[in-house]
Amino acid sequence: MSLPALDKYIQAFLQTLLMVGTSAVIALSVGLALAIVLTITASGSLYPHPRFNRGLSIVVNVFRAVPFIILLVALLPVTRFIVGTTLGTWAAVVPLSISLIPFYARIAQVSLREVDPGLIEAARAMGCRRHHIVRHVLIPEALPGLVGGMTVSLIAMINASAMAGAVGAGGLGDLAIRYGYERYETRVMFEVIVILIALVTLIQFAGEGLARRFDHRG
Amino acid sequence: MFASDRGDEPSSTPHIVFERLHKRYDGPQGPIHAVHDVSFAIARGEVFGIIGRSGAGKSTLLRTINALEVPDAGTVTVDDVPVAGLDEAALVRLRRRIGMIFQHFNLLSSKTVNANVALPLRVAGLARPAIDRRVGELLDLVGLSDKASAYPSQLSGGQKQRVGIARALVHQPEILLCDEATSALDPETTQSILALLRDINRRLGLTVVLITHDMAVIREICDRVLVLDQGRRSEMGEVWRIFGDPAAEATRALLRPLLHDLPADLARDLVDDLGGRPGEAILQLRYGGDSSADGVALADLAALHPQARLLHGGLDRIRGHSQGRLLVAIPASALDPVQDRTARVADHIEVLGYVVTGAR
Ligand SMILES: Nc1ncnc2c1ncn2[C@@H]1O[C@H](COP(=O)(O)OP(=O)(O)OP(=O)(O)O)[C@@H](O)[C@H]1O
Ligand SMILES: [Mg+2]
Repeated sequence: MSLPALDKYIQAFLQTLLMVGTSAVIALSVGLALAIVLTITASGSLYPHPRFNRGLSIVVNVFRAVPFIILLVALLPVTRFIVGTTLGTWAAVVPLSISLIPFYARIAQVSLREVDPGLIEAARAMGCRRHHIVRHVLIPEALPGLVGGMTVSLIAMINASAMAGAVGAGGLGDLAIRYGYERYETRVMFEVIVILIALVTLIQFAGEGLARRFDHRG
Repeated sequence: MFASDRGDEPSSTPHIVFERLHKRYDGPQGPIHAVHDVSFAIARGEVFGIIGRSGAGKSTLLRTINALEVPDAGTVTVDDVPVAGLDEAALVRLRRRIGMIFQHFNLLSSKTVNANVALPLRVAGLARPAIDRRVGELLDLVGLSDKASAYPSQLSGGQKQRVGIARALVHQPEILLCDEATSALDPETTQSILALLRDINRRLGLTVVLITHDMAVIREICDRVLVLDQGRRSEMGEVWRIFGDPAAEATRALLRPLLHDLPADLARDLVDDLGGRPGEAILQLRYGGDSSADGVALADLAALHPQARLLHGGLDRIRGHSQGRLLVAIPASALDPVQDRTARVADHIEVLGYVVTGAR
């Protein structure tokens, strides 16, 4: 029984980056779009469609309620349809994205809802059309919160990616489980945890820095 | 120019006309009639004030002008065009002709001063150089050229409101709506913002409609004023007439801080009847601004009685009309002959009561 070589760590790290990176791009953009739709279709908002809004809200809640590991299995047919296989790094992207979309959507929705209604009113009064308000008021004013939410979601995604080992996706979490848990190589587990801590800390710092840069509220 | 007594007809062509306007909200205890059957007209180029207690419906009424609020019944017309029934494109065009400033400024925190003022032009699709030129002009006008790249959070309240004014004027509107635009500012800053508004009104010929709780603001810059009370039109007219001789209880309540009411110590010593003891009568002389257009002659006051004393009071000159009230003490024994002569002295004279000699 040997310890994994350095390139095993590198490979696992890259798999995690690939999984989380791809899922992040998908989940954050779809989640943001969903949050915007949820915000502007609420009654009394820019494009009020209360019934549609309630329906969409229920769908989001359903996906949020299902634990990731169950989603992973339940989505196998969908994964096969989209990726062509149910195994490997790319196969993990589907359940990871889908589980994080509603997660980020809710966080982003809170930031969007907190935009001062007075600003929207001022924009209406100055002759902004509704899509102008979304683009020039709603999103820029919520941006610090939206970026903060992205940080939280990215870290949650790294956590969830550890479970993606179940579909043979590899990654750091998988490495830790296979060596640390199944083969009692606690050192490997420990080292992986250190790498994960470093990664999470880096994302947290970068995210906070970015949010600060966008925040001019004083 | 019109025959109407209290100047409740606009003195030139109407710019904004309200006809039988109603606005109802559903409150927890049944419907709230925020605006109830209100009709009036605002003339082109005037500074028009709206006052009333909190919840009287002032903001609701103002916001129907640019259709931020849609009335349940009645019509608002701007330049003879009914605001209701405009489609989104027409409404956007209308709003570009109506600037609005707010109590809490409502500037975008994510954009610089420059970008805040430029936004109305950007969304209107103007070209970059034209936008820059216009924004530059406006920042000059409000005296903030050096703050163009600052963010709103780096400005004082007065500076923020100047940005708000620049933003409101960027489309060269014909109407400026101000909802408590100076309520969050200190007295000195308020004065400078008022001076700016008056300057804009004169130089650009803008029609200004403003809401305020500060009666001094109305006295300072408004031509006419509308008093709302629980959603209804209580009274309306030229400011000097309304302030000089308020007809409605709601108006008197609002004006109380400006009135020279009986001071507390005098009120305490005041009796209805001297009961034969020696004493003084306290007279209240009121000037509505009509007869006293050129001020109050001191000789008239002196003629009341050789021992007459001026106790308290003041006169304000509003648009060339002196109005206010004075409290005067004269020996009670001289009261009857004096009352015949008072007609010329003031528009209205009233014996508030008597003070027994030596009571104080
Ligand atoms: N969106 C709303 N929903 C329900 N009720 C409302 C709404 N807006 C205003 N009202 C009610 O309508 C009435 C008039 O409100 P409005 O804001 O016009 O008063 P106001 O004269 O501007 O008061 P203030 O001086 O406090 O600003 C109030 O009783 C208020 O509670
Ligand atoms: Mg109000």
